[in-house]
Amino acid sequence: MKALLVRDLALALRAGGGFGLGLAFFLIVTVLVPLGVGPQAELLSRIAPGILWLGALLACLLSLDRLLALDWEDGTLDLLATSPLPLEAALSIKALAHWITTGLPLVLTAPVLAILLNLPGPGFFWLVLSLALGTPALSVIGTFGAALTVGVKRGGLLMSLLVLPLYVPTLIFGAEVARRGAVGMETQTPALMLAGITLGVIAVMPFASAAALRVNLR
Amino acid sequence: MTLTNEKPAPKRPSSFWSYANPVKFLALSERVLPTLWVLAATSLVVGLVWGFFFTPDDFRQGSTVKIIYLHVPSAMMAINIWVMMLVTSLIWIIRRHHVSALAAKAAAPIGVVMTIIALVTGALWGQPMWGTWWAWDPRLTSFLILFLFYLGYIALWAAIEDPDTAADLTAVLCLVGSVFAVLSRYAVNFWNQGLHQGASLSLDKEENVADVFYFPLLVAIAGFVLLFLALVLYRTGTEIRLRRAKALLAREARS
Repeated sequence: MKALLVRDLALALRAGGGFGLGLAFFLIVTVLVPLGVGPQAELLSRIAPGILWLGALLACLLSLDRLLALDWEDGTLDLLATSPLPLEAALSIKALAHWITTGLPLVLTAPVLAILLNLPGPGFFWLVLSLALGTPALSVIGTFGAALTVGVKRGGLLMSLLVLPLYVPTLIFGAEVARRGAVGMETQTPALMLAGITLGVIAVMPFASAAALRVNLR
Repeated sequence: MTLTNEKPAPKRPSSFWSYANPVKFLALSERVLPTLWVLAATSLVVGLVWGFFFTPDDFRQGSTVKIIYLHVPSAMMAINIWVMMLVTSLIWIIRRHHVSALAAKAAAPIGVVMTIIALVTGALWGQPMWGTWWAWDPRLTSFLILFLFYLGYIALWAAIEDPDTAADLTAVLCLVGSVFAVLSRYAVNFWNQGLHQGASLSLDKEENVADVFYFPLLVAIAGFVLLFLALVLYRTGTEIRLRRAKALLAREARS
């Protein structure tokens, strides 16, 4: 399991793995929003939590394509499926590797980008917390989408159609935590809901992903 | 997979599962369909005409209230069709009856149309009543998300060549999607309290609309259910025949 994690991380960090792409995308979304809606500081600080959450979500989605497709092409997935490691565990590790290379950097850079969007002071802590709680769920759900569409040629667009509706609850609660935190409202309820969704998804989704992948490997 | 070489049905004609045999299914649906079409057409015409022309205008909403005879039944069907797809997907996963998977495939486009009808009639009704075509209200939003789920489901069916793989993957998507559809419903509720009115129909008689509206509405709902049944049987039959034709063509190409 450790070997698989190390391998996936190493592959993602080297050229062609697309490690920085998600971050660059996140930055670009953040830069484009003020250009689109106008630079009024007041307006920006009001929509900042939602925009940052959306940017993180899209950056996550963008990198899902590489999660399984490359391993599918060179046959690594067949080896993984026949190895003694259960496929559920292998997919959880792959989701973890995806989170470390995409979700974690997003969490760490979000405060910097939040300055650009004029996020109110108390919002920073809640933004980072909500992203830290929510992005693992995005990776795990995304793994399911990737497992569903891995056999489809040019499945990227199809995958976003399948995955985005599944992201709805995470997005709602995540952005709600950040938004309420920014205006100093009570955040406990949405934060607990968000944590609940993430934990539930981590517990159950690998089984669905593995089932989908087994069908595709058949 | 060739449906034409299916083993003969087990000698238990009383069992519900014997209709999982495509031959038996087709025979039965062909016998039932004409009646079903007639019943669906009659109850739709009766329900809609009764509702549109022979009910009084509502004292607050005027004649716009009459759109409920389209809005409420189509909204009910949009949800129920997804539930039906969930059940048939489960049957496919557990018992691997091809007819079941094909019924789910056949039902999805009908579900999309029902969702669109519900959204459009809702917008037409909402414009004069709420002064807006669209509001980010929990019910409306979750319907839009349901619409996206339908689209994804159909797109996944269309994207995969092998019919058994497609059936398996869409069944898994349907299961996961159902869980997330319920989750989204509650999430959306939490996110925004809206202005949609309460349920028009429920088992609790106190909450229902007045009797004058209630009976034509029931007839219209029955019409929608019958129409859906007829359509889904018809489309499933088409899917079975399409698959048969494919199997025959493949056999011809081999010889």
